[in-house]
Amino acid sequence: MTSNNIQLDNNGRLKHFLTTEGLNKNLLLNILDHAESFAGVGDRAVKKVPLLRGKTIVNLFFEPSTRTRTTFELAAKRLSADVLNINIAQSATSKGESLQDTLRTLEAMHCDMFVVRHGSSGAAHFMAKHVSPRIRIINAGDGNHAHPTQAMLDMFTIRHHKKDFSRLKVAIVGDIMHSRVARSEIHALTTLGVNEVRVIAPLTLLPARVETLGVHVFHELEAGLEDVDVVIMLRLQRERMRSALLPSEQEYFHNYGLTEKRLQVAKDDAIVMHPGPINRGVEIDTHVADGERSVILQQVSHGIAVRMAVMAMSMGSLVDKQEEKT
Amino acid sequence: MRILIKNGRIIDPANQLDKIGDICIADGRIVSILKGGDDFTAEEVIVADGKIVCPGLVDLSARLREPGQEFKATIASESMAAVSSGITSICCPPDTQPAIDTAAVAELIQQRAEATSKLRIFPLGALTHGLKGEHLAEMHALKRAGCVGVSNACMDIANTDVLRHAMEYAHSCDLTVHIQAEDHFLSRNGVAHEGVISTRLGLPPIPETAETIAVARALLLVEQIGGRTHFCRVSSARSIALISDAKKAGLPVTADVGICHLHLTDMDVDGYNTNCHLRPPLRDQRDREALCQGILSGSIDAICSDHQPHDEDAKASPFSETEAGASTIELLLPLTLDLVSKKKLSLTEALSSLTNKPAAILGIDAGTLSPGRAADIVIIDMEKHFSVDQSCLISAGKNTPFNGWELNGVVTNVFFSGQAVYQNND
Repeated sequence: MTSNNIQLDNNGRLKHFLTTEGLNKNLLLNILDHAESFAGVGDRAVKKVPLLRGKTIVNLFFEPSTRTRTTFELAAKRLSADVLNINIAQSATSKGESLQDTLRTLEAMHCDMFVVRHGSSGAAHFMAKHVSPRIRIINAGDGNHAHPTQAMLDMFTIRHHKKDFSRLKVAIVGDIMHSRVARSEIHALTTLGVNEVRVIAPLTLLPARVETLGVHVFHELEAGLEDVDVVIMLRLQRERMRSALLPSEQEYFHNYGLTEKRLQVAKDDAIVMHPGPINRGVEIDTHVADGERSVILQQVSHGIAVRMAVMAMSMGSLVDKQEEKT
Repeated sequence: MRILIKNGRIIDPANQLDKIGDICIADGRIVSILKGGDDFTAEEVIVADGKIVCPGLVDLSARLREPGQEFKATIASESMAAVSSGITSICCPPDTQPAIDTAAVAELIQQRAEATSKLRIFPLGALTHGLKGEHLAEMHALKRAGCVGVSNACMDIANTDVLRHAMEYAHSCDLTVHIQAEDHFLSRNGVAHEGVISTRLGLPPIPETAETIAVARALLLVEQIGGRTHFCRVSSARSIALISDAKKAGLPVTADVGICHLHLTDMDVDGYNTNCHLRPPLRDQRDREALCQGILSGSIDAICSDHQPHDEDAKASPFSETEAGASTIELLLPLTLDLVSKKKLSLTEALSSLTNKPAAILGIDAGTLSPGRAADIVIIDMEKHFSVDQSCLISAGKNTPFNGWELNGVVTNVFFSGQAVYQNND
């Protein structure tokens, strides 16, 4: 598909990382393998590798974010790149500058990579299409479309605990409709060949024809959690109550909030994930969030390794791990 | 000027005519059809061997961007593009800036068209003042100023009581109400058909019900009021079924479809193709098939360009931030003929949906070749092929979803009131 080919160079290697959709299993595994080799870097006395020395990476955030921006910044610095943070939410576009003009301006500063977060679906594709060929684009979240590095760090966390994807049942719970994380996770999970992906939500939080993404749909939490190996909880935004999608936080927690009791129907060794930031008492009970099955904080530290891998791969600084094996 | 068009295949759907013969033109009017060519002394003779000769096309909806958005296009620029596709009558919706809610704006548009001497423009007047859906526009005055119908364009009238009264008042003015059915609460900030593609791409969806509920609401009002009502740019199979039932029940309703919706589906939006950002949105394969079927069955009366030329910036943003609409006016004919080559329509059906049928919806004297009428005539060479090149479009708007398409059917001559307004002998 043309929409995805844009992510690869002529040799089929990662050029831009815009979505997990349309990338093959080998490439996704490659990202995880490289991330594995970076995972130890943070524990060393000198937390840097010189792979991107002399390169300039711009964090271009059109939407506020702390966690994602910080881990991208850390990842870039551990690769020895220079990092520029631009917060456009309060900058140029509010003065009426178009995205294309912003892009041209930054290009003129001779940067090598843009890490982009934008409120409109397809913004990262748009930039990849219009940017000069030497610049790489990493999608740090576009509208409701994709958040591929978040999905890959979740895959990394899942593999860390479960080793083999093929036998897993994974449930994603909550606001699938407005979640770029969920979409990217679904594509990654189905590509990596998990046994079953389930989405659990009321109809108001499910996008039309969601089953065409290759998932099984549940409206009841207990039924959906039965026998699963991985539970991914999604953040519930307060706007959903205002726009008549849900009656109240209390009612949501009562029906879809993850509690220890509800988790009992899952496998004994099931892990609980959440892309953060969490709403305690809305989508997840405090005891579960801090409980022994929760891997939420591990997700954050894995985020740095995965982002290092993606950045280094798209800059062409790494040899292909899967190719090495074959 | 006395002109003789010789030996063409004359197709005039209004008169169920499809025969080889001559057309004689004098003083801007048709003198005779089929016979009489041998005794006619002409100043100019056009040999139309192997070509199709048909009435000048009537486009039910094209935005010419004037007044108000001359940076996108002008009446002069779009008239050139229109005649190159054989269009000699254009109906333009009232969402200009300012809206066509005063006689002055309606007159200005017609005067600008007259100044081009290439075609006629028939404006639709606003149904409500400023298209705001609150107060009735001065429909009598608009009618006197040449408006052939009234419409609220793409703006929904949320208050059903206002819609009811607007339809009643238009009926008493004997004006057809043109409705682009969309419930704005349901479509909200949507940009793509709610379905597989909007879900995958994470684009804000527009459900089918945004259209069908608005169609159903309007149909129930027509049933009560009885005024002529035309449904513009119908996009879904369910809407066609509703309209078809209403027609069977004898309600005075008609409908049209935009040419893009007969060729494209929401799949074409994939890859965030902003030239396929349309309103109503491109729907799925099943809907597209139903639209073609609707023309065959008569549920849909006409095909229009729904021409919406844009400046480059309007489409150069992430998908949901772009403006909706495609530049289509000069491809209306070849794209309709393409449906004939694909055996979805007969040639006569195709031409009828571009000539006499839209003319009847507007109640204008155009779209047919009877003797005594103004000589608006198109000659088409069906053997000629061309490939669509965005940058070579005559229209000021280069925003076509059809870039690179191979099409056949090239207009070689266009006459407007007996004057040669376009010629292409390449």
